[in-house]
Amino acid sequence: MELSSPGELAEALDAVGYLPDDGVATAAYLALTMRRPLFVEGDAGVGKTALARSLAAVLDAPLIRLQCYEGIDAAQALYDWDFPRQLLHLRAVEAASHGDSAGTSADAARLEGELYSRRFLIARPLLQAIETSPCVLLVDEVDRADDEFEAFLLEVLSDFTVSIPELGTIRADSPPVVVVTSNRTREVHDALKRRCLYHWVEHPSFDREVAIVRRRCPNASDRLAAEVTAAVQRLREEDLLKPPGVAETLDWTEALLALGAQHLDADTATRTLGAVLKYREDHDRIARGGLPHLLAEAVGGA
Amino acid sequence: MAPDRPSDSTDTVVGLARTLRAAGVDASPDRVHALMSALSLLDPALRADVYWAGRLTLCSSADDVRRYDRVFAAYFGDRPAALVRRPVAPAAQLKLVSMSAGDEGGPAPDTDDEASAVPAAASRTEILRYRDIASLSASDRMLLARLLAAFALPGEARRTRRTTPGRGSTVDRRRTLQQLLRSGGEPVEIATRVRRLQPRRVVLLVDVSGSMSAYADALLRFAHAASHRLRGPATEVFTVGTRLTRVTREMAHRDADVALRAIAEAVPDWSGGTRLGDLVKHFLDEWGQRGMARGAVVVVLSDGWERGDPTMLGEQMARLHRLAHRVVWSNPRAGRAGFAPVAGGMAAALPHVDEFVSGHSLAALERLAALVAGARDPAASGHIRPIVASRRLAHA
Repeated sequence: MELSSPGELAEALDAVGYLPDDGVATAAYLALTMRRPLFVEGDAGVGKTALARSLAAVLDAPLIRLQCYEGIDAAQALYDWDFPRQLLHLRAVEAASHGDSAGTSADAARLEGELYSRRFLIARPLLQAIETSPCVLLVDEVDRADDEFEAFLLEVLSDFTVSIPELGTIRADSPPVVVVTSNRTREVHDALKRRCLYHWVEHPSFDREVAIVRRRCPNASDRLAAEVTAAVQRLREEDLLKPPGVAETLDWTEALLALGAQHLDADTATRTLGAVLKYREDHDRIARGGLPHLLAEAVGGA
Repeated sequence: MAPDRPSDSTDTVVGLARTLRAAGVDASPDRVHALMSALSLLDPALRADVYWAGRLTLCSSADDVRRYDRVFAAYFGDRPAALVRRPVAPAAQLKLVSMSAGDEGGPAPDTDDEASAVPAAASRTEILRYRDIASLSASDRMLLARLLAAFALPGEARRTRRTTPGRGSTVDRRRTLQQLLRSGGEPVEIATRVRRLQPRRVVLLVDVSGSMSAYADALLRFAHAASHRLRGPATEVFTVGTRLTRVTREMAHRDADVALRAIAEAVPDWSGGTRLGDLVKHFLDEWGQRGMARGAVVVVLSDGWERGDPTMLGEQMARLHRLAHRVVWSNPRAGRAGFAPVAGGMAAALPHVDEFVSGHSLAALERLAALVAGARDPAASGHIRPIVASRRLAHA
């Protein structure tokens, strides 16, 4: 798809159900045109992962996701050898040659070549992304991985080639679109960020968030969407351990819809508060500290 | 900046980058280059496009974004077509930036790169004092050497998800296959791997308030030694007074003199009051809960004098205790005869502390270092168990 401005990309994203603000649209547009990875950082639940998914939909390309976790290494991120099949192959060759004269060293070399051929190679997300063109590669929650992995990722992201000692070098035809997300549980190394465009995602404005709720929960009435959004935005101003994100707004709306609520009142809100507040301290504090008052304030303002 | 130069926008962009660097954003030449290519794809006559191109290419953290917003507003003012007009000379802007920071009630003096100071509540009067740190004397060097030796212990270990060849239960497929090949397919011993152990992260919160001024030097030396322990993830160091300042970056310098001088410049609240509860909360909100305190050994070096509400400190210490692997409180006053932890803050914090130790002398700091680095034997570490301390409290 040809896109000639951030505005056009914003419309395209809108069409697949993601409502970007100017910043996200410009960031994504530049990432696509400059062919640079996009490093997206922000609180949990502001739609970082959803952005990558929507970009894949806009480009009509597969989304390849690499979920990071502590201790992730090349065997889980890049490629691995299919050990059981290699063993089977080894035994099969043995059985076939049984009775022949003892294997020569040439046989051994040939056998080794067979064992380390492409058909015994398992492509993990990074190798898949290099071999699939075009595609969107999502490196999710890179802050959960450790320093060693970051250095390794940096190497792959800088030239999109993978060298496998037994096979040779595999190069991407055209570099994939890369979205790297971080929840900021720790600072990611500067060298990695320097390769990327950096975007800090804020919570959306009231109007945008209402639009997102309307889009993602089509069954919710205008009134419900506006009231839930107003309440969540009001909750974000409170001094909470975990301020609710857009994901929580959607969860809350779903929860209220499941109860058949047409609008937000103190009773239904108290019963469904667990969809928005995920810490006992936050829950207690809001439930004790006058939820009806807070709701009246938020809903009255909406 | 000759007026007839064709690329007026280049000058403007370079000027913007220079101003940003002065404000502490790492706007390196390669980033400026990225900004130029981003602008060529957007409309440089639109303020919004210039704003986003700059923010996306020059910033690399949320703090950077805050600084960028301030600098951008000061640099371009209210002019709509940003790159068409000439900017004010950057040198003059520099003042403007720090002044506008003060006006917004943000961090008053824009501190160095990584030392992000936290604004205090506006109503409270703060004493902001920068202080000199004397060069190391011979005895200080001795102290440093002994502390470093104490930190050479391996540290408390945590099992990581990474493995290394060894006697374990996970099969090392690669090595096993290689051995099979070598033996021509005959079954051989199966190679295995074990989980690797890694020392836990250490986080130090150093009280630099007025009541601790006699100890601040020694404690920062201690923190410097902790930052340079040989193994494990980097030690995080914060100073606590009326503000919370992260000084991990400043600690990184090998030379303790240089490091401490950098810290003296970065920390704006030497010898002021203490707002422990607020600041522990701030630490947890900004860093601790996100991951820094999780599974870490957190050491608070403070006398527990709290100017704010002690209940707040108690609550926040409870929160810290739930996140951290171990919370150690080192109180320099605990070594004195007749000490009882009755100071409001100390009494409130004590139930949520795993180890309560004294920190008044070199020997005490050495023991603390050993404790942080993994010594668990109570006799060796010579600490007062919390339960003993609370019994004393009952007597008092």
